[in-house]
Amino acid sequence: MTEKKAFQKVYTKLTRITKATCSVKATGAGYDELALVNGRLAQVVKIIGDEVTLQIFSGTEGVPTNAELIFLGRAPSLKVDDDLAGRFLNAYGEPIDGGPALSGKDREIGGPSVNPVRRMQPSQLIATGIAGIDLNNTLVTGQKIPFFADPDQPFNQVMATVALRAEADKIILGGMGLSNDDYLYYKNVFENAGALERIIAFINTTENPPVERLLVPDMTLTAAEYFAVEKREKVLVLLTDMTLYADALAIVSNRMDQIPSKDNMPGSLYSDLAKIYEKAVQFPDGGSITIIAVTSLSGGDITHAIPDNTGYITEGQLFLRRDTEIGKVIVDPFRSLSRLKQLVIGKQTREDHSQVMNSAIRLYADAANAKTKLENGFELSDYDERTLRYAREYSEKLLAIDVNIDVNTMLDTCWMLFGKFFSKEETAIKNDLVKKYWPEQPVK
Amino acid sequence: MLTKGKVHGIIANLVIVNVYGPVSQNEICLISHDNTKLMAEVIKVSRDQAFVQVFESTRGLRVGSDVEFTGSMLEATLGPGILSRKYDGLQNDLDKLEGVFLKKGEYNFPLNEDEKWEFTPVVEAGNMVEAGSWLGEVIENWLPHKIMVPFKFSGSYNLKWIADKGFYRISEVIAVLTDESGKQYDVTMVQKWPVKLPVKAYKNKTRPFRIMETGVRVIDTLNPMTEGGTGFIPGPFGCGKTVLQHALSRQADTDMVIIAACGERANEVVEIFKEFPELIDTRTGRKLIERTTIIANTSNMPVAAREASVYTAMTIAEYYRSMGLKILLLADSTSRWAQALREMSNRMEELPGPDAFPMDLPAIISNYYSRAGYVELVNGSTGSITFIGTVSPAGGNLKEPVTESTKKAARCFYALSQQRSDSKRYPAIDPIESYSKYLEYDEVIEYISANISSHWHENVTRARDVLMRGREAHEQINILGDDGVPIDYHIRFWKSEVIDFVILQQDAFDKIDCVTPLERQKYMLDKVLEINDTEMKFSSFEETASWFKKVINLYKQMNYSPFESEKFNSYQKELDKMLKDISEI
Ligand SMILES: Nc1ncnc2c1ncn2[C@@H]1O[C@H](COP(=O)(O)OP(=O)(O)OP(=O)(O)O)[C@@H](O)[C@H]1O
Ligand SMILES: [Mg+2]
Repeated sequence: MTEKKAFQKVYTKLTRITKATCSVKATGAGYDELALVNGRLAQVVKIIGDEVTLQIFSGTEGVPTNAELIFLGRAPSLKVDDDLAGRFLNAYGEPIDGGPALSGKDREIGGPSVNPVRRMQPSQLIATGIAGIDLNNTLVTGQKIPFFADPDQPFNQVMATVALRAEADKIILGGMGLSNDDYLYYKNVFENAGALERIIAFINTTENPPVERLLVPDMTLTAAEYFAVEKREKVLVLLTDMTLYADALAIVSNRMDQIPSKDNMPGSLYSDLAKIYEKAVQFPDGGSITIIAVTSLSGGDITHAIPDNTGYITEGQLFLRRDTEIGKVIVDPFRSLSRLKQLVIGKQTREDHSQVMNSAIRLYADAANAKTKLENGFELSDYDERTLRYAREYSEKLLAIDVNIDVNTMLDTCWMLFGKFFSKEETAIKNDLVKKYWPEQPVK
Repeated sequence: MLTKGKVHGIIANLVIVNVYGPVSQNEICLISHDNTKLMAEVIKVSRDQAFVQVFESTRGLRVGSDVEFTGSMLEATLGPGILSRKYDGLQNDLDKLEGVFLKKGEYNFPLNEDEKWEFTPVVEAGNMVEAGSWLGEVIENWLPHKIMVPFKFSGSYNLKWIADKGFYRISEVIAVLTDESGKQYDVTMVQKWPVKLPVKAYKNKTRPFRIMETGVRVIDTLNPMTEGGTGFIPGPFGCGKTVLQHALSRQADTDMVIIAACGERANEVVEIFKEFPELIDTRTGRKLIERTTIIANTSNMPVAAREASVYTAMTIAEYYRSMGLKILLLADSTSRWAQALREMSNRMEELPGPDAFPMDLPAIISNYYSRAGYVELVNGSTGSITFIGTVSPAGGNLKEPVTESTKKAARCFYALSQQRSDSKRYPAIDPIESYSKYLEYDEVIEYISANISSHWHENVTRARDVLMRGREAHEQINILGDDGVPIDYHIRFWKSEVIDFVILQQDAFDKIDCVTPLERQKYMLDKVLEINDTEMKFSSFEETASWFKKVINLYKQMNYSPFESEKFNSYQKELDKMLKDISEI
């Protein structure tokens, strides 16, 4: 970082250094203001009288008490203009793609919230071709939704697929603690799809200091707001992995001696995450920001503070799970939920969508019960047997993430399965719909 | 002279101010910053320093900035024109704010100063009046909005003069009062009240007795809410707290609904903004928005204003209650408010209680709930505030401080169960865990017998028993296997399933099913109990299951059909026949 102006006052006496912060006697610093400490970027986190405490993003290792400290007179910002498109940047918004420096206008990151009365209700369906999403958990522009997945699930692959099929004007990737391999994976996939000019990426890899990650979501969303507000574009933001973001929050707050709440997370975790996710919005004049994130779980535990708070903020969640029966990864219909689906299903999709979806899932649940029975050594009824056979096909033809069909085909497939395995009553679907859609000949 | 001060320290939205004069706890001050003033509230005073929580982002704020104290606490502005408005937590009118994004330090007057209201006096000069006495009336939307002696007036006053019937702006004097010593006071149509203090301008608070119909079967039939009652809805994320509250806000039989969206999703308020101007209140034929006020302090809006938002909402409710109205106040989610308190308490390095929440959290919650209730006003008429809050327990664990504190304060407990929600049995209110303490009130039982039916209370108890026995039977079946138990167990289980599917489960997104009037609820309860009372025999558990599935399916079709419509009746006939056939075997 080289940013120094002649009139700037240089402080050379740090009064305190901790693992994450340093303090200096200084006047005139603004809260949240940036500074350079021996060239390392830092931000004001506390001011008491003439003592200013700063958090150093890359850590305080090796920072001496006589380090040169210069206040930059501004909060963290990103240079925005149309040339952002196609660029790969680090957490500070500096190019890492070997291209020219950014030339746009400085815009503070973490800016103000949208007035709720100026928001539009999200209403545009995002088709992904994946039935586990489009049929059971339909996504809508302006929505915010994470994948909840154990680290061994292919969430980055699924996210990339969703992003490319989503017909977004811009895809903005915020990578936090991304492995270098995954970073290159994203780069390749986007490149191969010929989508590079629609991509902007802010990348913090495992090789970068963890605290730098804290800037990534705000950088990403500042770029998103530029395109969604000023260019009225449909922007899709991908944030991976938000668990690593939260871990960085915990590092900072622990080092600053704050009282941790559940799972050693800061008490403000809910607000911190909400500020990010609530940037998802449908603007009145057509632009929108949709956020798809990854929250990696440990051992599938969703009661941990990070997924738990996330679930309370986002508009649903998508669970990935390996179905050993069919040997594929599926979008788990039980724990997955898109809260905004009712805004589009049966409205932008066929009238039978809601009922078909619910019945299909209920029958799948019956199959799960039958399976438990089987495991406990009980005899299965004819109905149980049928649900099991149904579940296998349902999983294979619809839940698997490698499915790529349109919504009507998904619905027709459900009816076909209903007709194949069940009686009309067993589906408990409204008679009018049964009359209209029940397959004429039971498929055998 | 008002006290001045200067900023001494800044830690996020906690600011330490050196004060040069007297300050009081909860006093509001304004911090100068870049040509704007940021509003803040004193939350602690220590020697000559005030600790204030700023209702805005403090980004860029510097030590040494000027601070002016205002001499008053955070106050709500009360007068005609509150109905249908959308406020933030500090009662700024969101529609009046310009631009797509919220700007720091922008505040506005919550009412319309220019609008003229037709005022009709209801008392004559010469009468004695006190705080809360009705002086006159204006029509707000449709509602007879009483202009009252301001709540801040203590003792009694002589009404010296009152304005004639005519059109007035809210700031015009419409009455003059004199106290014992002859001192004169002007009264306008607006008054202010500090939101953190309860309005006490009523004669007394009595026990609630009247059922507040909500159209939600699992509430009205099994866990009824009363006018002036309190309840809370705890549940893990995604189990249906908000959907249930929205249903209540649309359907509840009440004069006015106040919705406090406290630290939750903005899109959820947008849904109300969009739907309420279109949806019709079937009882009155008016648009829902005409009876609703929304306080939106969503999760991305300033955290400190989140706390204020629930108090602002309650104060508005108390104001309208004093007009003799029944008010439904909903807050989603009270946990976010508790978290806002926790963030601040941590920043002040206070000794933390369980889960780092402030020690006095139980007291704060119970004080808040105690502001609801059924009151007899100074003129003998009555009004009520029914309060229902949601709670978002961390990890879905009901043994956490906010849930536990709320359980002590609220009389109805609508526990949402993850398991029910996972199996899409909506609304996911757990029928066994949940309760309404009002079912134990003699006055409620009496009211039910007189107004619904003399068997109602008994029927409800029976329905609960059936559910309980069904659950027990289900457990046995799971342990011993379908074949390992007598068929009677299956029958018992399926009889409870009928109640579950027909009474408890309700599709909030179906036009007909979403709301069930009490009359229809009574009918359906009788019907399912009829099944329950029928002796039946089956030769196998499979036969049992398939018979009951047919029954449930028919009932569901009934739930989806208009009450007593041709379709409804034909399903009923079919059911009757099934029932007759089975009992004749
Ligand atoms: N009565 C209902 N009928 C049909 N679907 C429902 C019902 N209640 C809830 N749902 C489904 O559950 C989803 C989540 O419900 P809701 O938003 O009310 O959860 P919540 O408990 O408020 O969650 P959070 O704590 O995260 O805010 C809804 O979007 C809807 O899909
Ligand atoms: Mg909710």
